[in-house]
Amino acid sequence: MTTDTVLHLDRITKRFGALLANDAISFDVKEGEIAALLGENGAGKTTLMNILFGHYVADDGSISVFGKTLAAGEPRAAIQAGIGMVHQHFTLADNLTVLDNIMLGTERLWRFSSARSQARRRLTRLAQDFGLAIEPDKTVAELSVGERQRVEILKVLYREARILILDEPTAVLTPQESQSLFATLKKLTNKGLSIIFISHKLNEVLSVSDRIFVLRAGKLVAERPTRATTRQELAELMVGRPIAEPRIEPQTRGDIHIEVASVSTPDGLDHADLILHGGEILGLAGVSGNGQTALANLLSGLTHPASGRLSIFGEDAQGWTPERVIHQRIARIPEDRHAEGLIADMSVTENVIAELYRGPRFSRRGFLDWEAADNFARDIIIGFDVKCPSPQARVRLLSGGNMQKLILGRTLSLEPRFILACQPARGLDIGAVSYVHERLLAARKAGASVLLISDDLDEILALSDRISVIYRGRISAPQERNSVTIKELGLMMAGHGFDVPGDAHAA
Amino acid sequence: MRLEPREQPSLFVTLLYPALAIFGVLVFAGFLVRLSGANPFSVFTLVFKGAAGSQFALFETLTRATPLIFTGLAAAVAFRAKLWNIGGEAQLYMGAVATIVFGTGLLPLPAPLLIPILLIVSAVAGALTLLGPAFLKVRFGVDEVVTTLLLNFIIILFVSLLLEGPLKDPMGLGWPQTKKIIAEAQLPRLILGKRLHFGFILALIAAFAVWIINTRLALGYEMKAVGFNPRAARFAGMKVDRIMLKTALLSGGLAGLAGLSEVAGLKGNLTLDLSPGFGYAGIVVAMLALLHPLGVVAAAIFVAGIFVGADAMSRTAGVPSYIAQVMVASALLAMVTALMFTRYRLRWK
Repeated sequence: MTTDTVLHLDRITKRFGALLANDAISFDVKEGEIAALLGENGAGKTTLMNILFGHYVADDGSISVFGKTLAAGEPRAAIQAGIGMVHQHFTLADNLTVLDNIMLGTERLWRFSSARSQARRRLTRLAQDFGLAIEPDKTVAELSVGERQRVEILKVLYREARILILDEPTAVLTPQESQSLFATLKKLTNKGLSIIFISHKLNEVLSVSDRIFVLRAGKLVAERPTRATTRQELAELMVGRPIAEPRIEPQTRGDIHIEVASVSTPDGLDHADLILHGGEILGLAGVSGNGQTALANLLSGLTHPASGRLSIFGEDAQGWTPERVIHQRIARIPEDRHAEGLIADMSVTENVIAELYRGPRFSRRGFLDWEAADNFARDIIIGFDVKCPSPQARVRLLSGGNMQKLILGRTLSLEPRFILACQPARGLDIGAVSYVHERLLAARKAGASVLLISDDLDEILALSDRISVIYRGRISAPQERNSVTIKELGLMMAGHGFDVPGDAHAA
Repeated sequence: MRLEPREQPSLFVTLLYPALAIFGVLVFAGFLVRLSGANPFSVFTLVFKGAAGSQFALFETLTRATPLIFTGLAAAVAFRAKLWNIGGEAQLYMGAVATIVFGTGLLPLPAPLLIPILLIVSAVAGALTLLGPAFLKVRFGVDEVVTTLLLNFIIILFVSLLLEGPLKDPMGLGWPQTKKIIAEAQLPRLILGKRLHFGFILALIAAFAVWIINTRLALGYEMKAVGFNPRAARFAGMKVDRIMLKTALLSGGLAGLAGLSEVAGLKGNLTLDLSPGFGYAGIVVAMLALLHPLGVVAAAIFVAGIFVGADAMSRTAGVPSYIAQVMVASALLAMVTALMFTRYRLRWK
């Protein structure tokens, strides 16, 4: 520990039942540096930060801030010690102004006058000092996502934080917004603040941080100066074994499988166009909430076009129900596996036949053949490497990655012609992600068409033959992956090139 | 203090907490008995004797359990699909009305023909009674707890109207009651001279049939899936609304059979005191049975036994038979709590 150490964690340990979430983790953060905490889901990043911020009490170990020991389990003590947390999900009141949001909770309760003008002066100065342009009198509802994040950061700075924790801050940002966030973070560190940047995205961590701490399964497995490490090394440290990057071999496109022509739906598509061929993966990029879910619902048979034309495999598919869609060998990997994909309180066997039980394979005159169903479940468990005690185990007990493998097994084992993959890698660790990607590439090789809807540009760029962007319910004309840059995609995700009436961003 | 789920409850835990629950109920009820000035041990002995201490008592308990099995199954079927059917009482009465309409001489048929017809019409009457609320639920999102509960009062007033009007027995000396059903419509007694009737066998068959539906039929699988996660069921291609309506028909039909069983097996005619709340008690039975159809049979016999036993006890010991209601209610609460503890453990930090 040197004199410029501002935060020191000493052998922090936390157990949840049998799970060792944090195993004697020690690290320190120096003044003016950005320390990245890298790890897969479930590696213990969030638990560690919750201990630091006083939401949890560690079973063992201690924390010192600026040389003083921090009282455990008291968020207020953490704030007073100068720790500020910018959460992944914003904690702002939409109907209040920026100024009110920032002042909220900083004033004494039993006072009649409010020190608004004083607060406004302080806020304006802070914003100037750190180059965070903001309009204090706008309500939060009027702000873009990037601006809201700026407010969150100002809120923490206003409380005189010297150490900022940012939990997956780029999850909701376009690449441009991320770049501007990184520039802001550099400015903050130049002023002597320290930042802990939590992420599982390797590229971001490499471009923004000074030092990288890698967590795996509750343990701190490595500490690397950012300059002296590589993407490949970090990935292997995170997963604990070598990772192969997906290889895409060029192949010719087949027939048109999906044709969406100027379709509008009540839940968010606005004259959307899309053409998808067999044997190709089309990546659909976009900031979440721009109609991705509406497109997925449409192609799943859950909603129907209010106007426009939808044809699948050359047939008119306007009125197709989910049952019909399944019957046409369309595999759907839903965005939310808990809400839509699986029934958590039913067994593995009961879940794998959910889409197929009507067919002659599993039922005769209304009676189900559970033996055939169990065999199918066993085939999937083996074929797709699902870790579960038995076909009778409740799905609730499986990990996120194994749930996803179960969904893949259920739909991909039927040799689908079209795969609708919505956020197929969300919340999975790198090992499971590469497994999912291999399966999608294998299906492409077999001539299936794949629509890959994802928030993660890296994933889209890694897998897609062609890429489109969805913005406010409209879909851009696809571009070859090799001819498009992250920068262009980022601009399109912010609305450039879309002709949307009444939209200031449109160019 | 918070609850943490247990990964895999052990057999010991699974048995311990329900046993503790039963013990707790006995202690609680014993305390109340003591308050009323009697000896808890002798009172419990009397309750047990009254419920199962003699052949007569045992048959009486099974007779009382018969309608509870039907209404318990009705609730179990509906609740499994998260269709909250609180209207068992209304469906029971409509089943009874159908039995009277077709069983008092309208169809002059021999018993082997007439009884199956009565089974069908009473089940259909009960089913249609629940179909309305179920339709309002799937079509307009109207809360079925409200509609089925309120329909109970509407139907009972409707039956009251029938008893004063079209169905009133002209020879009934002005009492609000219907004519007796004809002999061919009567369910046979199982043992000569005892009140236990063929309805009990029908109830056992119904429980077995529901068990087969739940475990073997696609419909049972669909009802379970819709109950646990309707969104995922819809995503998987199930027609959730249609499954809900089928559930309603099955549930209402079972409750309707309770009406047939009571009229054609026991009472012979329809009066307004046909059911002392069998429809509501069925909900308790279904919950105690954890919605398992075979468990419903056991739970119905347990609940019926407490009521019959307490009646007998109150005649001898002078403790009010309300103790039965206290015991059944606290048994339900204790059992629900016990089941929670088999699945979760308490942590103090």
